[in-house]
Amino acid sequence: MSIFVDENTKVVYQGLTGSQGSYYGLLNRDYGTQVVAGTHPTKAGTDVDGVPIYADVAEAVQATGATASCIFIPAPGVRGAVMEAAEGGVKFIVAITEGVPAHDEVYLYNALKRDFPDVLLLGPNCPGIISPGKCNIGITAGHIAKAGGPVGIVSRSGTLTYQALYELEQADVGVTTCVGIGGDPVPGTSFIDCLRAFEDDPETLAVMMIGEIGGSAEEEAAEFIKDHMTKPVAGYIAGVTAPPGKKMGHAGAIVSGGRGTAAAKIEALTDAGVRVGQNPTEAGELMADIVAGL
Amino acid sequence: MDLFEHQGKEFLAGYGLPVSPGEAAFTVAEAVAAAQRLGTPVMVKAQVHTGGRGKAGGVKYAADLEAVREHATSILGLDIKGHIVQRVWIEKASDIAEEYYASFTLDRSARKHLGMLSAEGGVEIETVAETNPEAIAKIWIDPLDGLTEDACRGWVAAANLPPAAVAGAVEILLKLYTAYTEGDADLVEINPLILTPDGSVHVLDAKVTLDGNSEFRHPDYRQYDATQSRDERESAAHAKGLQYVGLDGSVGVIANGAGLAMSTVDVVNQVGGSPANFLDIGGGANADVMAGALEVINNDPAVKAIFINIFGGITRGEEIANGILEAMRRVEIDSPIVIRLDGTNAYEGAALLEPHLTDRLMMQPTMLDAARRVVELAG
Repeated sequence: MSIFVDENTKVVYQGLTGSQGSYYGLLNRDYGTQVVAGTHPTKAGTDVDGVPIYADVAEAVQATGATASCIFIPAPGVRGAVMEAAEGGVKFIVAITEGVPAHDEVYLYNALKRDFPDVLLLGPNCPGIISPGKCNIGITAGHIAKAGGPVGIVSRSGTLTYQALYELEQADVGVTTCVGIGGDPVPGTSFIDCLRAFEDDPETLAVMMIGEIGGSAEEEAAEFIKDHMTKPVAGYIAGVTAPPGKKMGHAGAIVSGGRGTAAAKIEALTDAGVRVGQNPTEAGELMADIVAGL
Repeated sequence: MDLFEHQGKEFLAGYGLPVSPGEAAFTVAEAVAAAQRLGTPVMVKAQVHTGGRGKAGGVKYAADLEAVREHATSILGLDIKGHIVQRVWIEKASDIAEEYYASFTLDRSARKHLGMLSAEGGVEIETVAETNPEAIAKIWIDPLDGLTEDACRGWVAAANLPPAAVAGAVEILLKLYTAYTEGDADLVEINPLILTPDGSVHVLDAKVTLDGNSEFRHPDYRQYDATQSRDERESAAHAKGLQYVGLDGSVGVIANGAGLAMSTVDVVNQVGGSPANFLDIGGGANADVMAGALEVINNDPAVKAIFINIFGGITRGEEIANGILEAMRRVEIDSPIVIRLDGTNAYEGAALLEPHLTDRLMMQPTMLDAARRVVELAG
C-alpha cells in the first residue's frame, strides 16, 4: 500500500495551461498518474495534449471524478486556488508553488481545519508526493524511485528527498510513498501527519525522515515517534553548521534566538530512538541497514 | 526583510500608531539640521539591523545642538555587532513614566499568530522570558477570528498594565495587529511601548520584519530591498537572483536545492574545511545560472577552491555538465573546481566532463569524497 495517493488517485492540475503546469503535469501523466483534468477560468473546453480543461475545480470534479488537485499557479493566486480546490470537492491538494506569503499559509491551515477537516493540503513550496509505480504528483523525478516498499520517506527538502530516493534505489530498497512537505514556515501537512499515516500503513515497515534547521517540527516529530511509532526511523538534519540569523534558502530554514538548531533536533530524534546520519549518504546507509535487518 | 527603526515607525504610523516626530540623517550636519527643525532635546539613535544598540553606545540623549553634533559624530561609523552605522534617527525626546513590551509574530508550532505583552519593557524580552516568564502575557490568535476587542482587553488585563495605560494600550494593540496582518509582517515589536507622565501610550522603538513574499500585495516594499544588510558578495548574488549567504571560509559552494546546499556546507565543515558561502542555484542548472553562480564565487577573494555539488532529478546529468562547461568558457575561474554529479544520467554527464578534466577541474564520485578533495585544495 501507499499513503495519501495511489493508482486510483485522479488528479486535476490547477495551472495546467501554464509552462510549469503543462511540463510537470504531462511528465506526471507519462509516469502513470491519472491526470484527468486541468483548470483555467477562461479556457474551459480546450485541452492540453488531450487533457480537458474546465473552468474550475468543482466542474472538473463533476466531469472527471478527480480526487486530488495539484497547484502550479503563481504565488498571488495560491490562497484562492487551495480554497477553490477544497470547495470543489477534492480531498488531497498539492501546492508546488513557492513564495506564498506566510500569512496566506497560516490562513489556509486554519481555514481548512475549520471548514474542510477531511481535506489535506501538501505544501505550499513542496516537491510533491510519489507512490512509486502508482502515482507521482509534482516535480519529483519518478524514475529515481524504486517501487514496492518497505520504506516511507518524509522530507522538508526537495533535492535531499531525491538524494534519499536515489541512495535507496542504489541499495535496492523500495519506497511505498515519498512525501515532500516543503520548507515553508506553515506547511499544510506536517511530519507527524505523514509519520502517523506510515505507522498505519501495513506495507511501510520503516521510515526515513529528512529535516532541516528552523522551527520545531522535528522536535515535535521526535515526541510523536517516541510515543506512537513502532516502526524504525532513520533520519538526517541539514544545516548543522548554519550561522544564527541567516536564512538558508528555505523561508523556514533559519536559526533564531538559539531555537531551531540542528543539534537540538538531532538530540531529540536520537532520544526518540531515531538513527540519525551525519550526511545524506550515511542516513541512506542507516536506512538500508535497518531494512536488511527487518 | 528587516526594517530600520525609523522605517518601522513610518510603517506603524501608516496604521495609525502614535510615534514621535523625527528625521533620518546620514551625516553629522544633517543630524544637527534635523535636530534644529525638531527642537531639542532629541534622541540620536543608530539605525542598524541588530539589537543591543543602547549598550554599544548607539543611542544617546542630546539636550542641545552641540550634544547632537557630538553624539552623531561618535555614532555614525560605529561598529555594532559587525554592522557599521550609516544613518541615525533624530527623534524628539519623550518623557517616560513606564516602559512596556508588545509584539505579534507567527507561532509556527501552534500555527496561530502569537501576541506577547509585558509590563516589563525596555529590556530584552528574551531575558524577561528566562528570568520572569509569568511577566509575559501571551495570546494566540486564530487568523480566521482576528484579534477581537474583548480578547485584547483580557490580554491587557493579564499583563497587569496599570489602569492609566489600559485604554491606550488596547487601542494601540488593535492597530498593531492590523499592521501585522494587513502589512504581511513576520514580526512587529514595540520595545519599549511607553506610558508618558501625562498618561498617553506611545511607540518609542519599533522592530518590524516584513515578508518579502508579500511584495505582490505591497509594491512599496521594494523600497526596503535597498536597505537590507548584505555584504558585497550577497548584493552581487542577489542582483543575479541567486539564493546566496556569505560565510567566512575558503571553500566556495554551489549546489542545486536549498537542502542540498545546506548539507554541502555541513559536509565541508565535517571534513575540516570552512565554506565561503551557501549558494543554491535551484532546479534546472542551465549555463546562464551556473555562469552567474561561478562569477559570484570567483569574485570572492577568500575562495581558494570551489565545490559544485549537483544532484540531477528531472534535470539530466548531461545538461548540467554542459551548463558547467559553458559557464567555464564564459568565466575565467581562479580556483580549482571539484564537481560531484549524481542522480539522473550522471554517467552521461561525467562522460561529457571527462575530456576537460585537469588539475583545475576534477570530479569525485561522492559528496564526501568531493568535500575531502576540495578542502585539501583550499589548504
